[in-house]
Amino acid sequence: MIETVTRPHRDNLVRWAAQRPEVLVLSADLTASCEADGFRDAYPQRFFSLGMAEQNMMGFAAGLAREGFFPYIHTFAVFITRRPYDQLAMSIAYPNLPVRMIGFLPGITTPGGVTHQAIDDVALMRVIPNMTILEAGDATDVESMLDVAQAVNGPVYVRQLRGEVPRLFPANAPLQFGQARVLSRGDDLCVLSSGICTEEAMRATAALAACGVSISHLHVSTLKPFDDPQISAAIAGARHGVIAMENHSIIGGLGAATAERMAEEGIGKRLIRIGLRDRYAHGASRDYLMREYGLDAMALVRAAEDLTGQPLEISEADLAAVRLGTLQAADKTEDL
Amino acid sequence: MNPTDPTSSGNEQRQQVARIADAVRRRVLEHTLKHNGGYLSQACSSAELLATLYLRIMRLGPSQAPLTPRPFAGVPAADNPHAFTGADYNGPKAPDLDRFIFSPVHYALVLYSLLIELGRLGPDALDAFNRDGSTVELIGAEHSPGHEVTAGSLAQAISQAGGIALARRLRGEPGRVWVFMSDGEFQEGQTWEAFAALTHHRIGNLGVYIDANAQQCDGAMDEVSTIEPLAERLRAFGAEVHEVDGHDSDALTAAAEGFGNGDRPLAVIARTDPCRGIERMRERAPKLHYVRFKSDAEFKAYEQLLYKMRAQEASANAASHTASSQTTLGHTG
Repeated sequence: MIETVTRPHRDNLVRWAAQRPEVLVLSADLTASCEADGFRDAYPQRFFSLGMAEQNMMGFAAGLAREGFFPYIHTFAVFITRRPYDQLAMSIAYPNLPVRMIGFLPGITTPGGVTHQAIDDVALMRVIPNMTILEAGDATDVESMLDVAQAVNGPVYVRQLRGEVPRLFPANAPLQFGQARVLSRGDDLCVLSSGICTEEAMRATAALAACGVSISHLHVSTLKPFDDPQISAAIAGARHGVIAMENHSIIGGLGAATAERMAEEGIGKRLIRIGLRDRYAHGASRDYLMREYGLDAMALVRAAEDLTGQPLEISEADLAAVRLGTLQAADKTEDL
Repeated sequence: MNPTDPTSSGNEQRQQVARIADAVRRRVLEHTLKHNGGYLSQACSSAELLATLYLRIMRLGPSQAPLTPRPFAGVPAADNPHAFTGADYNGPKAPDLDRFIFSPVHYALVLYSLLIELGRLGPDALDAFNRDGSTVELIGAEHSPGHEVTAGSLAQAISQAGGIALARRLRGEPGRVWVFMSDGEFQEGQTWEAFAALTHHRIGNLGVYIDANAQQCDGAMDEVSTIEPLAERLRAFGAEVHEVDGHDSDALTAAAEGFGNGDRPLAVIARTDPCRGIERMRERAPKLHYVRFKSDAEFKAYEQLLYKMRAQEASANAASHTASSQTTLGHTG
């Protein structure tokens, strides 16, 4: 049973900001929902409530950043990447300002439905020049984000997790910027996973290994820049091909970046992209949606069968048996 | 010249604004003739307003930038340490000095012309206008002389200025932040988000001057999408609002008197005439956004007007050199 951490970002933000008077938090009416309430209560002079007005919030953040402050925007990912896109691109990204945008509820992690599910945020952020993109896959990643983001010279978009977050990686092994975490090594398949899909992939890779499939599994936390040489090496060393697995559209995210990389480097292998297949999601629990849209461990098993050309006798029960930890029920009572 | 010379009287300052504003119109007309195109009506509406801001309202130090505009040094990026903004034409950044944020950057030609007349840019600076590799861009960018933020997507500057004003308050700086806006920007929702935030956070060191010329790209604003009653709307949002004749330098100056110590943003609606000083342009109404001459006859008529403006300017300058304060500077119609 793996450890589950409750609201890791909330406590980490309070602790991390204590000795950093230049760090400000900007919020758009989702303060506790984005675990910024601890910061608000601890440092009220550095907390600014800007209301449900994200376009203006982006501009305020830009102005504060120009003056030497480090604004940490906290809201849902959709309200960073969709609604104020022009403001984000022109007021923040063009001048390469050090605004940190902490976006919550990535992909289908919320039952809030299509308006709250950021299924295209990575794609939207990737095409913005100067933008750095990070994504958390566990509590250790969550707790690493502030240090890693703060070291970047320019704007940073963080796909952050909240609430009950599993700790997949040791607490003393923080996320390293630009470096994937190598979770297993093998030469049949390369699996690249990001965000909450990594936990799901780990269940499948354990079952696949038991069937004799040898897998290189890398957890990717830095989605842009996407230039980690370990990724190319793992792809090149995979006999049957590559599977990219993400809580996002298959267009424009991890799978797309992998395809671009393979084409540019002339690595002629098959690639299966697991993700939302150019289709919107809807309001339901995370587990339900992961199964419905094929983002779960079984989807990875099916992809492995496809690439290796061999049927693998792996059942749902087998996957449940290697369950790494108790998935908490999705936050049905969240403030949306 | 010393625009903030406290010994100069209101009368002298008013005359100086009139002289500079006329020269700005003349320079923009010259440019429009030379290139058969230009944002001429914006010069007509905003010449006194921008000249008053620079000469009578804003506390700015001397330009820190070269008279000849620097070439473009590349877009800002982590690996480009050479990128710069054009803010240093407005003087150094210092706690007690004001900042100027220029929002409707299609007025860039007007601002460049004003900077030339104020001696902050050299007389030949417009030679680089709209040239490849130049910073003197057609639509001003943050690297263009006198510009500080990326504002071409309209209504984004006021929010950025709000962030700057908030930062200055956090640092306890007495200097103020001035934003020049066009009235069309009050169609954008972001402007109203910004005023809501400015008043909620009691940001009292930010003042906005609005060139209310009632014109936009498609024509008259009340035909396209009205923003009136603008003063009532701004008051309802909690701003301190003044509505003045935008060609009256004294009224423009009085609206900012003592501003900077309160807890409300200032909005000055400067009602302006987009044809002021170039009466002939009225026949083009309501399409005044960008002037391109339609015939040789029209070109020649504007050329004649330019010669007349030059002659008036020369005699005015001669008169001011003889220290006679009785001139006819304001009359161009």
